[in-house]
Amino acid sequence: MLFTSYGFIGFLAVLFVLYYLIPKRFQWILLLLGSYVFYTLASPKYMLYILATTVTTFYAAKYIGRLTVEQKKYIKINKETLTSEEKKTYKAKIKTVQKKWLIGTMLLNFGILAVAKYTNFAIANLNYMFEATGQSFQLSFWNIALPMGISFYTFQSMGYLIDVYRGKYEAQNHLPKFALFVSFFPQLIQGPISRYDDMSKTLYQEHSYDQNTVKRGFQRILWGYFKKVVIADRLLVAVTTIVQAPEVYDGVFVFIGMLLYAYQLYADFTGGIDITIGIAQVFGVQLKENFQQPYFSKNIAEYWRRWHITMGTWFKDYLFYPISVSKPMLKLSKFSRQKFGDAIGKRIPVYLATLIVWFTTGLWHGSSWNFIVWGLMNGIVIILSLEMKPFYEWFHGKFNVQHLWYFKLFQIIRTILLMSSIRMFDTYRNVPLTFKMFGTMFTRFDISDLWNRDLMGFGLSLGDYVILFVCLIVLVLVSTIQTRGSVRDWLSQKSPVFQYAVHYALILALLVFGAYGINYDSSQFIYNQF
Amino acid sequence: MRRKYIWNSLGIIFLLVSLVFLQNLFMPKYASGIVEGGMIETYYDEPKNHDVIFIGDCEVYGNFSPVTLWKEYGIKSFIRGSAQQLIWHSYYLMEETLKYEKPDVIVFNVLSLKYNEPQREAYNRMTLDGMKLSMTKIRAIQASMLEEESLVEYIFPFLRYHTRWNELTQDDFNYLIDKPDLFHNGYYMRVDVNPVTSIPRKRPLPDYSFGENAMSYLDGMVALAKENDVELVLIKAPTIYPVWYDEWDDFITEYADKQGLMYVNLLERADEIGIDFQTDTYDGGLHMNLAGAEKLSRYFGNILVEAFELEDHRNNLEVKGVWSEKVAFYQEMIDSQVAEIERYGHLVSWGNPREEDEEE
Repeated sequence: MLFTSYGFIGFLAVLFVLYYLIPKRFQWILLLLGSYVFYTLASPKYMLYILATTVTTFYAAKYIGRLTVEQKKYIKINKETLTSEEKKTYKAKIKTVQKKWLIGTMLLNFGILAVAKYTNFAIANLNYMFEATGQSFQLSFWNIALPMGISFYTFQSMGYLIDVYRGKYEAQNHLPKFALFVSFFPQLIQGPISRYDDMSKTLYQEHSYDQNTVKRGFQRILWGYFKKVVIADRLLVAVTTIVQAPEVYDGVFVFIGMLLYAYQLYADFTGGIDITIGIAQVFGVQLKENFQQPYFSKNIAEYWRRWHITMGTWFKDYLFYPISVSKPMLKLSKFSRQKFGDAIGKRIPVYLATLIVWFTTGLWHGSSWNFIVWGLMNGIVIILSLEMKPFYEWFHGKFNVQHLWYFKLFQIIRTILLMSSIRMFDTYRNVPLTFKMFGTMFTRFDISDLWNRDLMGFGLSLGDYVILFVCLIVLVLVSTIQTRGSVRDWLSQKSPVFQYAVHYALILALLVFGAYGINYDSSQFIYNQF
Repeated sequence: MRRKYIWNSLGIIFLLVSLVFLQNLFMPKYASGIVEGGMIETYYDEPKNHDVIFIGDCEVYGNFSPVTLWKEYGIKSFIRGSAQQLIWHSYYLMEETLKYEKPDVIVFNVLSLKYNEPQREAYNRMTLDGMKLSMTKIRAIQASMLEEESLVEYIFPFLRYHTRWNELTQDDFNYLIDKPDLFHNGYYMRVDVNPVTSIPRKRPLPDYSFGENAMSYLDGMVALAKENDVELVLIKAPTIYPVWYDEWDDFITEYADKQGLMYVNLLERADEIGIDFQTDTYDGGLHMNLAGAEKLSRYFGNILVEAFELEDHRNNLEVKGVWSEKVAFYQEMIDSQVAEIERYGHLVSWGNPREEDEEE
C-alpha cells in the first residue's frame, strides 16, 4: 500500500479515529494490528520474514538481558566472597555466552537480509566470473522477493540487540510490544531507523487526543505529501526520460538530469520522512528527525551528518566504532605507526574503517555494483577532504573569506554539485555508463542544446517548470526558516488568516498540481527500494 | 475558544466551497468538440413521465429523434445514450431510470453485447460522470472500472481532472455553472451529409457467442423490466458500421423469443424504412443524420404504437406546452446547422474549424 494511494489515506483515517475512540490501554495494540494489516496488504508472505526477525531478536535480547541482570545479582549477592579476579572471570564467562547469542542472532537476521537481497547479485557476479574464465557453467537466478522495509527493520532490530548486549538499556519483556517497535507501519517504508530507547518513550504510552499535537502531525503530513506528490513525482518522468535514453540525452542534459535527480530525491525522501514523522506524531509517537537541511551543507562530511541522519548514526555506532576499536584494527594501527610513522600510521586504520563503512552503506542501498561504487566514492571524497584540511586551513588563514555570504554560497553549491555527481551512480545504475555520461558533461556540453533539442521533450511542460521553480523557492525559504527553528512554531505565531492562507495554499497546490491519479504512474518512494 | 471554533468552521466551509468551485471548473464541459459526454446529466432536468426510454450507445442517441416521435405519434420519449455505452452502463442507467419513473417501454440497442470487458476510461467517464451520485452509480462504477481506475476518483472527479490545470479553455469558465443546451431529449442532431462509400467486410470471427459478463447484464435488464412491469424492446440500429454478424442476430432473435421480448433488426429493414445511405448519414454509415433519424423514428414509432398501444399526448395541453418548446428549440438548431453549412460548407458547431480558422 503506497503512502500516496487513496487506500492508505483511508486506512490512516480509520486507524486515527479508532485510536482516539478506544480505551487508551489498547492504543498500542491497535497500532500493532494496524502495522500488521499494512504489512500483510503489501504481501502476506513478507510477514514470515518480519516475524522471524521479531521473534529471534526478542528472545535473544531477552536472554542476553537476563544474563546481565543475573550477573549483577550474582555479583551483588557474593560481593563479599568473590575476589576481583573471580568477578572478572565470571563477567567474562557471561559476556562470552552473551556474545554467542548476539553473533548468532545477528548472523541469522543479517543472513535473512543477505539471502533476500543479495543472492541474485552474488549469482550474477559468479556467472560473470564463470564466463570470464571460459566456463560454460551458469547458475540460475532465484525467484526471491525482497520483503518491504527489510533493510530498515533489520537494522533497527539489530541496533536494539546490540544496545541490550552493551547494557545501554534493559530488554523489552513483552513480545507484542517489541513486535510493534519492529513493525510500526509509518517507518516500515523508508525509515527512519529508530532507536528503542528513543521510540519506546512514546510508543507504548497512553495518548489523549491533543488538538495541537494532532494538528502539527497533520501539518507535517501535508508538507510531506506536497514535496512527494507535487515535486518528486512531477520530476520522476523527466529524470526517467533522461536516464533511460543516454544516447539521446548527453552533455548538458546529463547535467540537467543530475540536478533534477538531486531535487527529486530530496523531495521524495524528505517528503516521505515528513509523512512518516507526521503520522507518528498524529498517534502521539515521536520519531527521530532524519534530515537537517542537508543541501545547506558546506562539505560532504557535514552533508552526511545532515542527510539520512539515522542511517549515518547507525553505521557510526554499530559499525565504524566497533571496527575502529577491534583487535585487528588496533594491531593494524600499531603496525602502520611503526612502519610509516605517526602521521601516516594513525590515518590508515581510520581510513580503512571509513572505506569499510561506506562500502557497507553502498551495499545496504542496493545489491549492485553501482551502489558499492557510489558508497566508496563517498568514502574517498571524505578521506580526500580530510587530507585537504591543512590546505583549507592555510587558505582560510590567508584569505579569511569564511564569513562572507558568497563564499558560503559557493561552498553550498560545490557540495550539492559534488554529491549530485556521485549520485549519478544511483541514477544510471551502471558503473561504466555513469563514468561515460559524466564525461559527456564536459566533452559534449553545449548549452544551446537546451533550446535546439527541445527542453520540453522529456515530459515537462512550461507549466511544470514554473511549478518546480516556485516550489524550489518555497523549499529554500522553508529550509532557511528551519535553520532558525521550527517552521510550525513560526507559523503558529502568525495571524489566523495567514495560517489559513498557508494551509489552503498547500492543500490546493497538492490537490491541483499534484502528480497523482490515472495520468501518472504513481511512484513508490525511492528509499523503499533500499 | 468560541472564536477558535468560529475560525475553524469558517476555514472548513471556505475550503469545501473552494473545492466545489475547483471541481466545477476542472470537470470537462463537453460544450464543443466532443459533446457526447454531456448527454447523461441532461436527463435529471426532465419531467419524469416518459412513455419510452431509449438506452444505449451512439446507435440510439444519433439515430432516434424524440421530437419526431412526439410530432408524429404524441410519444414522450428520452434517450439515455452515451458514447460507446457498454451493457453494464446501460443496465445501471436502466436501474436508475426505473427509480425515477416507470415508462411503458424501454428500448435497448444490442450492439454493445459484443463487449464483454471494460474498454476505455474516456467512455466510462462519458457515461458515469454525468450520473447523479447514488448506490446505483457506485455499482455502475465498480462494474465499469479498468484496473488503473479508482472509485474515489469517480466519486470526487476533481481528483481525476485536476491535471487539466494547464489545459483549461474559455468553455471551462463560460460553463462553470450552466451548460449549453445541445441535445433534444438525448438526441444528438446532425444535419450534414457524408455518404457511405464502402461496405465493411465481415471478417470471420473464431467465436460468435457473446461474453458471459455481457449476457449476465442483458439477463439483468430483462429481470429489471419484468420486476417493474416495463416492456423491454431489443433493437439493432440501421447503421453500416460497425459490423453486425448474422450469427449475433440469430442468437438475439432466439434469446428474445425465449424471453418473450420484441426484437427488431432495423438494419435489415433499412430499405423498408426508406433509408438512403447516400443522403441519410453524416459520417459514412456510422450514424444517421437528421433525415435518417427522422425516417427511422417515424418507422419505429409506428411499431411502438401498434405493439404497445402508447397514448397520444398531443391533446394534453400541459404536455403539449412542454413539447412545443422542445420542438421550437429543435427547429432552431436545424436552422442554425443549415445556416452554418450554407456559410462554411460544413458544420462548425461540433468542433469543426471555420474556414477562416483553417486559413490561419
